[in-house]
Amino acid sequence: MLTVFLQFLFSGLTVGAVYALVAIGFNITYNATSIINLAQGEFVVIGGLMMWFFSESLKLPFFVSVALTIVTAGIVGLLMERLTIKPLKNADLLLMIMITIAVSIVLRGILMLSFGKEPYAYPAFTEGEPVNVYGAIIQQQALWVIGITGFCIVVLFLFFKKTMMGKAMLACAVNPTAAKLVGINVSQMVMFSFVLSAIVGAIGGMAITPISLMEYDKGPMLAVKGFCAAIMGGLGSNRGAVLGGFLIGVLESMTAGYIHSGSKDAVALVILLLILFLKPSGLFVSKTMLQLRKF
Amino acid sequence: MKKEDFLSLLVLIFLVVLLPAISGNTYTLTVGIFSGINALVAIGLCILMGYAGQVSLGQAGFYGIGAYISSVLSLHAGFPVVISIICGMIVAAFAAVILAVPALRLKGHYLAVATLGFGEIIYIILNEWGPGGPSGFGDIPHFGFFGYAIDSTRGYFYLIWGIVAIVMFFSINLIQSRTGRALRAIHDSELACNAMGLNVAGIKIKVFILSAVYASLAGSLYAHYVTFISPSSFSLFYSILVLMMVIVGGMTNLWGAIVGAVVITVLPELLRKFEELDVLVYGLILTLSLLFFRKGLVPILIDRIKKLRGFAVAKH
Repeated sequence: MLTVFLQFLFSGLTVGAVYALVAIGFNITYNATSIINLAQGEFVVIGGLMMWFFSESLKLPFFVSVALTIVTAGIVGLLMERLTIKPLKNADLLLMIMITIAVSIVLRGILMLSFGKEPYAYPAFTEGEPVNVYGAIIQQQALWVIGITGFCIVVLFLFFKKTMMGKAMLACAVNPTAAKLVGINVSQMVMFSFVLSAIVGAIGGMAITPISLMEYDKGPMLAVKGFCAAIMGGLGSNRGAVLGGFLIGVLESMTAGYIHSGSKDAVALVILLLILFLKPSGLFVSKTMLQLRKF
Repeated sequence: MKKEDFLSLLVLIFLVVLLPAISGNTYTLTVGIFSGINALVAIGLCILMGYAGQVSLGQAGFYGIGAYISSVLSLHAGFPVVISIICGMIVAAFAAVILAVPALRLKGHYLAVATLGFGEIIYIILNEWGPGGPSGFGDIPHFGFFGYAIDSTRGYFYLIWGIVAIVMFFSINLIQSRTGRALRAIHDSELACNAMGLNVAGIKIKVFILSAVYASLAGSLYAHYVTFISPSSFSLFYSILVLMMVIVGGMTNLWGAIVGAVVITVLPELLRKFEELDVLVYGLILTLSLLFFRKGLVPILIDRIKKLRGFAVAKH
């Protein structure tokens, strides 16, 4: 009984870690531009598929592949911002939503053309026996996923707290005009926020692909679930995003395990609708706290 | 009804009557039928987006509800097709109320994602619990009333475009009525509307229901024409496709919905030889039209005509 429960819990936490990374990606661009980038899920897919391309197809060494994947994702984020977001500056919110959807379709089209429709996978980062916790089997890669997510969260936290660039990005989020007045290049910060969110998404994709496989059209679902996680924790709050991500992952895997595997995807959507309708400011934060808290 | 709209409606009817006479082959008519079905969904979304300023990424959900309810009722419960279509519209209207009452308090991104979530839930339900599961089911009866079944392509072409013309007539009148003016006012400033004593929430919900009913009607017509349905026709991609029709045609003008629907339906036929490229081409069209033709085809055309006319008047 406990074994099964633990098994579901760990697989939920593993998927949840990726949702958390997608949610953090949403937050990064949201905080800098108040745009929800609905192409966020595609960044995860790019991470997984490019990693396969570099490591399996080109047979490059592991770290080189990782570096190249991160660079590729960063470039995609950069191009997206420069070519579509920047020219539309100050446009209607409706238009902004649609342009990110449009970009996500373009990315999906490119991914389908270059990789086809079949799922891809590559070996786990480290070979070795799965870990046994009270009878539940945890693959080593699952530990990698959770570890990498934790690492990303810490690095981002330090980035926004300690570095000049991070602080400048935060300043743009709080008040772009004031940020401009003190000499921050707001346009550059917006661009950088897209690059950063693309990289965070791609890291999630690289980590999860050995476990759950990756195919070109996984993006929209990942985006919806990541958005659900971000909303759950209160949009803009990274701590909330992490909690939300894990919570959704675990609920999903419990539903799949105990109730009905087909309704797994519906769980996140139902939660999303309930939160949107009942408490759009997020579960873990009050409205005033949300206004005060930045990261 | 304004003079231009009346003339456009006449042109539309003229074209509909003329097309089968010029090119009577089944292929052209079939593409025409699908354009008409898509136009119905697009008109609904156009009123919702262009006039009421509310985005929806869940139209495929209502489209699917219409298709499934009316197919199941006519196939398994033996309902006459017309009655099953109406039942589908009623169910879609109820679903719209359930979604709209909480969702329309939301704005922008939140509303977009809430409607997207709704559409995906319907899709998952159809996939998991719909008759036939992911592979769908067939043998759906053809459209018919009083014992006369329409089963020829030409018959369907007239039927569907006839319905489009009626829906268009109704929608134009709606937009030029008091409700229509209220809608445009809501688009400009909700706050001002509330201050003027307009029931903003009520009007928004009504429009949302209207768009759902149109989509449901289109879904039913689709099911009874194709006689086979599976969940894959009602996925998020369809919602995005409809969105694209409205944007490409121009969401500030109802005629844009029809033009957009025809363009987006015919386009993949022209791009047939690129096969695998279709997703990419769709994406590029949407991106480029958002970047460069933000207003959409019809409003741009109207601006051109106005400019030309202004030029002609100045010459006199």
